[in-house]
Amino acid sequence: MSYKLGYYPGCALEASARDYSLSLERVLKEIDVELVQIKNWHCCGASAAHSTNHKLGMALPYNNLALAQQQGLKELFAPCPFCSRMLITTNYELKNKASLPAEMKSATELDYQPDINIINSVEIFKRFWDRIQPKINKDRLKNLKVACYYGCLLVHPPKILNYDDPEQPVFMDEIVKNLGAQPVDWEFKIECCGGGFTVSNEEAVLELSNKILEDAKENGAQAIIAVCQMCQINLDMRQKEIENKYNVNYQMPIIYLPQLIGLAMGIDPKELGLNLHFVSTEKVTLLESEK
Amino acid sequence: MARIGVFICHCGENISRTVDVVKAAEAAATFRGVVHSVEYKYMCSSPGQNLIKEAIKEKKLTGVVVAACSPKMHEPTFRRACHEAGLNPYFCEISNVREQCSWVHEDKTVGTAKTIDLIRLMVEKTRKNHELQHIKVPITKKALVIGAGIAGIQAALDIADGGQEVILVEKDPSIGGHMAQLSETVPTLDCSQCILTPKMVDASRHENITLYTWSEVIDVKGYMGNFEVTIRKNPRYVKEDVCTGCGLCYQKCPQKKIQGKFDAGVGLRRAIYVPSPQAVPNVPVIDKDHCTKLLKDRCGVCQKVCPTGAIDYEMKEEIITEKIGAIVVATGYDLIPNNFYGEYGQGKYADVIDGLQFERILSASGPTAGEIKRPSDGKIAESVVFIKCVGSRDPAKGIPYCSKICCMYAGKQAMLYKHKVHHGQAYVFYMDIRAGGKGYEEFIQKGIEEEGTTYIRGRVARIFKKGDKLIVRGMDTLSGQKIELAVDLVVLASAMIPNKGVKELYQKLSISYDTYGWVSESHPKLKPIETSVAGIYLAGACQAPKDIPDAVSQASGAASKVLALLSKDELEKEPLVATIDKNICAGCNMCVQACPYQAIELKPIKDRKGNVLRYASEVNHGLCAGCGVCVAVCPSKAPDLAGITEEQIYAEIVSLG
Repeated sequence: MSYKLGYYPGCALEASARDYSLSLERVLKEIDVELVQIKNWHCCGASAAHSTNHKLGMALPYNNLALAQQQGLKELFAPCPFCSRMLITTNYELKNKASLPAEMKSATELDYQPDINIINSVEIFKRFWDRIQPKINKDRLKNLKVACYYGCLLVHPPKILNYDDPEQPVFMDEIVKNLGAQPVDWEFKIECCGGGFTVSNEEAVLELSNKILEDAKENGAQAIIAVCQMCQINLDMRQKEIENKYNVNYQMPIIYLPQLIGLAMGIDPKELGLNLHFVSTEKVTLLESEK
Repeated sequence: MARIGVFICHCGENISRTVDVVKAAEAAATFRGVVHSVEYKYMCSSPGQNLIKEAIKEKKLTGVVVAACSPKMHEPTFRRACHEAGLNPYFCEISNVREQCSWVHEDKTVGTAKTIDLIRLMVEKTRKNHELQHIKVPITKKALVIGAGIAGIQAALDIADGGQEVILVEKDPSIGGHMAQLSETVPTLDCSQCILTPKMVDASRHENITLYTWSEVIDVKGYMGNFEVTIRKNPRYVKEDVCTGCGLCYQKCPQKKIQGKFDAGVGLRRAIYVPSPQAVPNVPVIDKDHCTKLLKDRCGVCQKVCPTGAIDYEMKEEIITEKIGAIVVATGYDLIPNNFYGEYGQGKYADVIDGLQFERILSASGPTAGEIKRPSDGKIAESVVFIKCVGSRDPAKGIPYCSKICCMYAGKQAMLYKHKVHHGQAYVFYMDIRAGGKGYEEFIQKGIEEEGTTYIRGRVARIFKKGDKLIVRGMDTLSGQKIELAVDLVVLASAMIPNKGVKELYQKLSISYDTYGWVSESHPKLKPIETSVAGIYLAGACQAPKDIPDAVSQASGAASKVLALLSKDELEKEPLVATIDKNICAGCNMCVQACPYQAIELKPIKDRKGNVLRYASEVNHGLCAGCGVCVAVCPSKAPDLAGITEEQIYAEIVSLG
């Protein structure tokens, strides 16, 4: 039976992270989960709004949540960690700061009870694991060693998100293991990739992302699994520059978690957007087609 | 006719700043029964007390109301003054116009009005006071010391030297506590074992000390001077009176790879063991969770090799009850668990250890015989990072308080490391250096200037592994630079927390503890050794993080309190106790269940022939603490509390209109 799930794609998934949204939608279709987008959703403000004006940083997610509630949505899947963090933080602050609900109501002219459950990009697959499991063949990824990269936003700030161990998270590793792949024990699971500095301070991003790639490689990973499109783009798009600058050779595919799940399901790599990456994903896709 | 005097204290400016004391005195003079009303700058001073005494004599006062600070502070002072002037002390009442009025108000009009009200109701109460006499209770001349670390040992020795009997209870197999685990001590670098062991031996040999190791206090009843304590002696499976301490059993035990408490997990012991070669008593104990004989009835090697037949697998726990006059709580501390900071990978990396583990590595009697071998591969650590304030002073993730001793021991450990690995490098990451104490600052400076310890001001953000090195990433906040150090070993100065299971013990003792589980002192400045329960004292780090000299001084202080108490034959007790009117009591048993001091019992009421007619509650005045719970729960108003009768409370309420 089809399961209808509230969906807040966020702006990146409509543009730079098409491969992320393609694979998500394809995998969820495979398990009969229908994504119901919020009508007229808009930017969540991400890091830009809340670092310039706290009220604006709360009002943008509030407005989105209020629209979702008007539409009767009880839960909302937000694959982008920036978005999910802002939505969860807004819920948290509404419950814990007495003056905020009235302020938000006057700013947006919309009512919202902060009880919409926000589901992040890892939780979604734990949630529907009973639908995923019958569709996968564990042998397809049998020899693949991967480094699960959570990034900083999925688990921070722990007091508000209260998700997994904030310093040594394991939830994604568990999913990857259940898919049949081998998660490697590595050190940089939650290390910063440089995030939005990719535009304003490229040098910083190259340095930070290089350390992540280096540690993944040293610990035997053949690919890095990401759930944040910002991480993915820094490690994938900037990888050639990193290799040139530091005179190294990684050729490390940066795969989204739903892409890996899709491969385990035997879905055509192209349908998963694996042909849209900067670094060739053949190491992973060929491994699969060899079988 | 009541003749009451009202005495209003300025408390310097503490009260007079927000209370118009002159106006209050004028108002009080008009109250029914008041014949004298004055104010004075310091009522608790000698001239202030004389004002009260003279007024009692001259004006023939029958009651005194002092409007001043909390009765917790000076009620005894003023009651004594009244007694000296010939007035029964229980005709003296305190109106708390400082904590409950001047300190909590800013507006003088409000403060003055409230002060007048507070005096008015206390005058009404005083009008209905009765003469009360102290209750005398006999004292059991024996002390109990709970915990035999350095504080407990010192307290027990001092009490025993003072000529009183002491029961010393320790839950570990040996006495000595954490101090026995340490290598050398600050600031003189005395060997910890060398200065502690003689005291341990003294404690075990002293004719006035009875030692129960591997034992726990499981129940406490009674009150100051007359506690009844139940102790559980856990089975050692080795007969203490037969064992000669030869050690054959633990040399032959095949279960070799157990991480023991004494070596803090960095060394291994057998299933039958003594914690250390200096253990007191030097009698092994069998670890029932690892001994295959006890678990599966296989092996039995220790019994076969024991030349004196001391091994007894059938041994059962023993329950001992003791009558005790005074108790010293010396239950010590623990460190926060190893996996506390995920970003430091503790628990994941064998070479990230805490301070106590490093003490064992430094110790000549430790698992590496004092060589600085790191736990993962036994390689000599060529470089070590020490991180201070791990968990301490961290309200977000850890505990907000300072663990106090870490600055000194981290500095010491860096110094001792350098003494053992001359070419090695020690780094200390710090927030600031708190080296208050005799010779302490000089010690830290010596470490920096003469021993080459590198101090880096800043926090460590993350520790991770690269090859066989640990990468310590942090910040030098003096130069503003990011720092990455590749080192062999990381030692965390982990936050100190109360020992496991102490809260349950404190509940049995009915003593208060703070939100973290440290024992609360009766007064932070003037009663730092007393707990919230009379006759129970505290010593050492069970109160808060504390170093050895502080713990020892406090232990001697606690011992002197105990000796003073036990020097008397009888105890004078406040007569503010409940009495139950048997004619009203219906015997419903509610007060018996509600009484937190087990002071109430249902007793039969018999006719002349001895037939039981009904039951009624009776209060043991020795046990009663005057808390008033029975008064509150009784549906038929049978109990009443001397000094705070229902009639008096009603009069106070009515006086407010």
